[in-house]
Amino acid sequence: MNTWSDVWGFPFGRLTWDALPVMDIFKADGRTELLSGITGTAAAGMAVLGFVLVVILITVKGWWRPLWSEWLTSVDHKKIGIMYIVFSFVMLARALAEAFVMRSQQVVGHDGGGIVMPEHFAQLFTTHGTIMIFFMAMPFLTGMINFAMPLQIGARDVAFPVLNSVSLMLTIAGGVILMVSLVLEPFSTGGWTGYPPYTELSYNPGAGPDYWIWAVTLSSVGSTFTGLNFAVTIYKKRCPGMTLMRMPLFTWTSLCTSILMIFAMPPLTIATALLALDRYMGFHFFTNGGGGNMMNYANLFWLFGHPEVYILILPAFGIWSEVFATFSGKTLYGYTALVIATMAIAVLSFTVWVHHFFTMGQSANLNAAFGIATMLIGVPTGVKIYDWMLTMYRGRVRISVPMLYAIAFLFLFTIGGLSGILLANPTIDYQTHNTLFLVAHFHNMLIPGLLYGMIAGYTMWFPKAFGFRLDERWGYRAAWCWIIGFMGAFFPLYVLGLMGMPRRMSGYFTGEWLPWTIIALGGAAVILAGFLSLIVQLWVSVRDRKRLAVPVGDPWDGRSLEWGLPAPAPEWNFPALPRVEGRDAFATLKASGRDLGPPEDGFEDIWLPKNAAFGPVIGALGTALAFTLTWHMWWAVLPLAALVPLVIIAQGFRRNTEKRIPAEEVRKEWRAFRELAARTPRVPRSSEYTRDNRGHAIPMAQEAAR
Amino acid sequence: MNQKTRHPGLNLGPKHQSADDQAETEVFGFWVFMMSDAILFGLLMATYVVMRPNTNGGPGPQELFELKSIFIETMLLLTSSVAIGFSHLALKHEPRPVKMVLWLLVAMALALGFVGFEVHDFLKMFSEGGTPQRSGFLSAFFALVPLHGLHVTFSCLWAVAILGQMLVYGLDDRVKLSMVRLAVLWHFLDIVWIGIFSIVYIGGLA
Repeated sequence: MNTWSDVWGFPFGRLTWDALPVMDIFKADGRTELLSGITGTAAAGMAVLGFVLVVILITVKGWWRPLWSEWLTSVDHKKIGIMYIVFSFVMLARALAEAFVMRSQQVVGHDGGGIVMPEHFAQLFTTHGTIMIFFMAMPFLTGMINFAMPLQIGARDVAFPVLNSVSLMLTIAGGVILMVSLVLEPFSTGGWTGYPPYTELSYNPGAGPDYWIWAVTLSSVGSTFTGLNFAVTIYKKRCPGMTLMRMPLFTWTSLCTSILMIFAMPPLTIATALLALDRYMGFHFFTNGGGGNMMNYANLFWLFGHPEVYILILPAFGIWSEVFATFSGKTLYGYTALVIATMAIAVLSFTVWVHHFFTMGQSANLNAAFGIATMLIGVPTGVKIYDWMLTMYRGRVRISVPMLYAIAFLFLFTIGGLSGILLANPTIDYQTHNTLFLVAHFHNMLIPGLLYGMIAGYTMWFPKAFGFRLDERWGYRAAWCWIIGFMGAFFPLYVLGLMGMPRRMSGYFTGEWLPWTIIALGGAAVILAGFLSLIVQLWVSVRDRKRLAVPVGDPWDGRSLEWGLPAPAPEWNFPALPRVEGRDAFATLKASGRDLGPPEDGFEDIWLPKNAAFGPVIGALGTALAFTLTWHMWWAVLPLAALVPLVIIAQGFRRNTEKRIPAEEVRKEWRAFRELAARTPRVPRSSEYTRDNRGHAIPMAQEAAR
Repeated sequence: MNQKTRHPGLNLGPKHQSADDQAETEVFGFWVFMMSDAILFGLLMATYVVMRPNTNGGPGPQELFELKSIFIETMLLLTSSVAIGFSHLALKHEPRPVKMVLWLLVAMALALGFVGFEVHDFLKMFSEGGTPQRSGFLSAFFALVPLHGLHVTFSCLWAVAILGQMLVYGLDDRVKLSMVRLAVLWHFLDIVWIGIFSIVYIGGLA
């Protein structure tokens, strides 16, 4: 060891062979350690195998060039949205597998032992939570908003298309870091909240918390830019006539989520940055000694963490509003009330963060104030539930796949909400905090609320993105698996929580808990089947895309502008910016026998932003920086850090960033689309799920009059 | 007041029509970005207020802060904000960018003077045992104040990049829009400094 290598960490920093999970097998002492090593090695092996298979597939098919020029460097909001959702599906697969391993461990580990060691178990719940929040839920909803919101407000793209690509690539960079941590362990054992002082150097000198810090930091910076981008888009890029109170409700919830992102992501950035200063430079923010104060971390983290809950749920509320209206064939009940409720939730979400640590020593009066504020949030949420139910009332309800999820959501989310009201009471929280009751509660909000919403939205907008519907048979199977599996996996956790079982336990010796953990494992297996059904559904749908094609673009008798466009929508979205005369813009047009376009004042040239390599380059730099920082490869950190401002400055020197789409091309495409629509028979709602549905709907008003 | 205001602050106006049209979205977006940056600084200030008593037996504000030097820094930064204001006005009203560039250089010189004095302060604090590793109070101080200094430094770097773009492309729309945003950032950093001056220094000594 020479000094140069010591100081600069050349070449591999503190990375050693021990970082490979397979080493755990060689060093194993006893059965559980061996099984734990095998589990970890299998997971790493699957990650490497998946990566290699994807690389081989792309190479064999010759997809590298199109991947780069049509996807990775694309700044088209629709493609960026799709990439976000693909990414979140990949991460969902991993985090679901981890959940399944944890559920298994809590069955086989009931008398100690089991298949994973406590340290390994801790990594599992940390990555599971981190991935589900930052790399599954956030990208999923960001992808949904990216894809649908600009179409709904009649815009050509978001306000800052290149920044949009940067956000995507920063998020993916964080996800890559998490995947790398599977192969070069360990990841953090500090839970998704990463509380110090446990995550400080004195207790955790290894690479784990550093992986967590940089992965989360990359994602939080990306989300800040995303929020900024969406908010400016909604404020500045609406088409003529699209006043705020005419916006579809999904756009409204997107706006509120964006505002929350702008205000709530910085606290997370600060929390992780200060923790990094503690760990890398010996500062004393959250350390036990030296004048540190870890409560400050709890406050900073939850100042982000609570609004984050609403960042996650509001877009799903938006999707539910679209689903209930579309599949009930009538306009949304209580639009104004829903808008006000959304805004009220957004504002109140900043006033409740202390309820995440009722038991951490503040006065009873403070707890009471935050408990009351927490219960208050139930009011606007309740308003929403009633509005959705009243939207169905006297509508022509079709139990389509999204609607099945929506109805399950109404029941399950209400149960989860009621358990939340219980937890909002500090005296009850003292009994149930840190138990599986809490785990059951937030999964009960996030799975039926957020995840069902995202899957419903994915099912609803998929035809708009790719031009064909998702196979319904597998859609129903997946939905039932998700619904039954959720109930099986999480209702037992309420019971276990009330029986006193703490969260995050890898082993226990209380025999009465075992039957419930077995039921929960069964539920997890059904959820896994639900996920696999979604994969099969995608496979079957791609295979049968001719049968499922909906080129005219309106398979569900949709109500907002995007359904007036062909499926898939052209790169420039609208041939001319539409003029909107009321709510439910497209439904209103259809009801009066009209359609979108052609533009009144003729076709014009359209200017679109050119592709940019800036996003992928920043993403690659972010990944490399995070990795070298985690493993203390200082010799690489410094030049990489210096490259970041240089790349940004170089981007500033770019000119001619737009390309022209000639008016003639726009006209030709639009004409072809209208001719196709004219040849395609309109179908009633009863044929929605048949091959007759080519995306040309009989408007509900006419169908009802028959 | 017959002219439509597109964004808060000094608008470019109809003489720069195409840049002004883009400014509506671009500069509004930058204001939003500033808002999120303001949250960062606000949280660090709050952290400082919480950590202020945690001197851990080390030196406190009384021993470390020297108002004379801080007063000079404040004057330099405020004056540089005036200079960037003149540069912005020159961009709007002057047919040629000479005055704009000159005022921009003045603003940069003053800002770099500010950074120089600040670094001098930090080094002096280090020599008196006031390092960030010494106590929670000093950790909070060194997370907040140098972050502002870094912002000022990177604003100067941005100014150099803008001047470079001008050399290559002349005073085109991109350069104009960057100048408007740079001015917004510059004034924003001034306001943040006033917060730091009041909360960190005056509040620390009080």
